[in-house]
Amino acid sequence: MSASEQAITETSSGYIQHHLQNLTFGRHVDGSWGIAHGAEEAAAMGFWAVHLDTLFWSVALGFLFIWLFRKAVKQSVAAAETESAPAPFLNAIETVIEFIDNNVRDVFSGSNPLIAPLALTVFVWIFFMNLMDLVPVDWLPWLAHSAGVEYQKVVPTTDVNATMGMALAVFFMIIFYSLKIKGVGGFLGELTMNPINPKTMGMPKIAWPFVMLFNFMLEVVGLLAKPVSLGLRLFGNMYAGELIFILIALVFAAGSGLVADGLQVMFGEHVPGWFLLLAAMAVAATLLLNFSGKLATRHTLLLVLIEMLLIGGLAFAGGQLLHFGWAVFHILIVTLQAYIFMMLTVVYLSMAHEHH
Amino acid sequence: MNINLTLVLQSIAMMIFVWFCMKFIWPPLTRALEERREKIAAGLAASDEAEKELNKARVEAEQIIDAARQQASGILDQAGQRGHQIVDQAKQEAVHERERQVRATEAEITQAQNQARVALQKETVQLSIAGASKVLGREVKASDHEQLLKELIA
Repeated sequence: MSASEQAITETSSGYIQHHLQNLTFGRHVDGSWGIAHGAEEAAAMGFWAVHLDTLFWSVALGFLFIWLFRKAVKQSVAAAETESAPAPFLNAIETVIEFIDNNVRDVFSGSNPLIAPLALTVFVWIFFMNLMDLVPVDWLPWLAHSAGVEYQKVVPTTDVNATMGMALAVFFMIIFYSLKIKGVGGFLGELTMNPINPKTMGMPKIAWPFVMLFNFMLEVVGLLAKPVSLGLRLFGNMYAGELIFILIALVFAAGSGLVADGLQVMFGEHVPGWFLLLAAMAVAATLLLNFSGKLATRHTLLLVLIEMLLIGGLAFAGGQLLHFGWAVFHILIVTLQAYIFMMLTVVYLSMAHEHH
Repeated sequence: MNINLTLVLQSIAMMIFVWFCMKFIWPPLTRALEERREKIAAGLAASDEAEKELNKARVEAEQIIDAARQQASGILDQAGQRGHQIVDQAKQEAVHERERQVRATEAEITQAQNQARVALQKETVQLSIAGASKVLGREVKASDHEQLLKELIA
C-alpha cells in the first residue's frame, strides 16, 4: 500500500466516522461541562449527555410541521369565511389529513381523540426528519464546520436516541391506555392468561401459577418487543441509508482524486474555493440557459458533462448519478418508514384499546 | 451511538408536538373538511333536485305544447270547414241567381214572341183585309171581317 493510498483509506474511515458522530454536550471525565471532541469523549460522558444536533433538527422540523399545518388551518378558516375554493397548498395538506384519517379509521376501531393527531404528528414529523437524508451529506456539516461546529448529524432518525425516544413515548401510551381501558386486573389478565389459558383448559388450581408465569414471560417479551422493533426498524433503515449516501460521497471524492491531481498541478495542494465556486456557477448558468429555452437539452447535457469533467472528472459524474439514483430510491424508504412507524403506532394503540 | 439523555428529551418533544397537533391542528382541519363535505353533499343534492325539477318542467312544457298544437289544428280544421261552407253557399247562390235570370229572360223572350205574333197577326189580317178590299172593291163588313180573320187564323 503506497503512502497516498494509505492516506486515502485513513481519511476515508475518518470521513465516515466524522459523519456518524453526533454533536454531544455533556460532562467530561474531568468534571467540566462541554462539547465532546471525538467519539471516545462522547462515549465517556455516559447517559447524562445530550445530542445537540439531533435535538436541534428534530425540534426545528417539528416546528416546521406545526408552522405548515397552522398555516393550513388559517387558510382553511379564511377559505370557509370567503366561501372560496381551497388553495393548492391547503389541498395538499388536506390530502395528508384525509390519508391519515382513512388509515386510522381502518385500523383503529375505538374512539380516542388522541390517536389521529398522534398519527399525523408521527407521520409528518418522521417524514421530515427522514427527508433530511436527501440533503447532500456534506452541505449542512460543511456549513456547521464553517460556523465552528465540529460535528453535525442532520438526520435525527439516524440517531437511535431519537427513534427509541419516540418508540418509548408510544410504549408509555400503550401501557397507559391498556391500564385505562382494561384496568389493572384486565391488563394483568391479558399478560398472564394468554396464550395458554388455564381456566378454559380446566387445569387444576395448583398448576395455575406456573402456567401464568410462563404466559407472563412470553407476553412481556412481546410487549417489550413492540417499542424496540418500532424504534430500531426506523433507526436501522435510516442509518443504513445515510451510510450509503456517505459511501457514495466517499467514492466520488476518492475517484475524483485522479483529476484532483490534475487540478493540483494547476493550483497546488489546495484547490482554491473560487475555482469551485466558478465551476458551480458555470453549471448553474448552463442549466439556467436551458430553463429559459436558449439552449437545447442535448447541448445542455453535453455542456454539463464537459463542465463536470473539468471540475472533478468522470468519477464526479458517476458519483452524482449514484447519488441521484440512491436519493430517488430513498424517497421511497423515507415515506415508507414514516408510514410504517405511524401505522404500527396506531395498531399497537388499537390493541391496547381492545377488550378481551 | 450512545444511549443518553437525548432519548428522554426526544420523547418529551414528541409528546409536546402531539399535544399541539391534537389541540390546534387536527380539530380545525378535520372540522373544515367535514363542513366542506357537507356543503358539497348539499350542493349535489340540490343539483339533483334541480335536475328533477327541470325534467318535470320539460314534461309539462311538452304537454302544454301538445295541447296548443291540438288546439291550433282544431282551429285550422274549423277554418277550413267554414271556408268550404262559404264557398259552397256562394256557389249555390250563384246557381240560383243564374237560374232566376235565365227564367226571367226566357219569360221576357216568350212575352216578346207573343206580342210579335199578335202584332203580326193583326197586320196580316189588316193586310189581308186591305188586299181583299182591293180585290172585292168594297168595304168588308165588320162581321165578315171577323169571320175572315177567324178563318185565316184557323
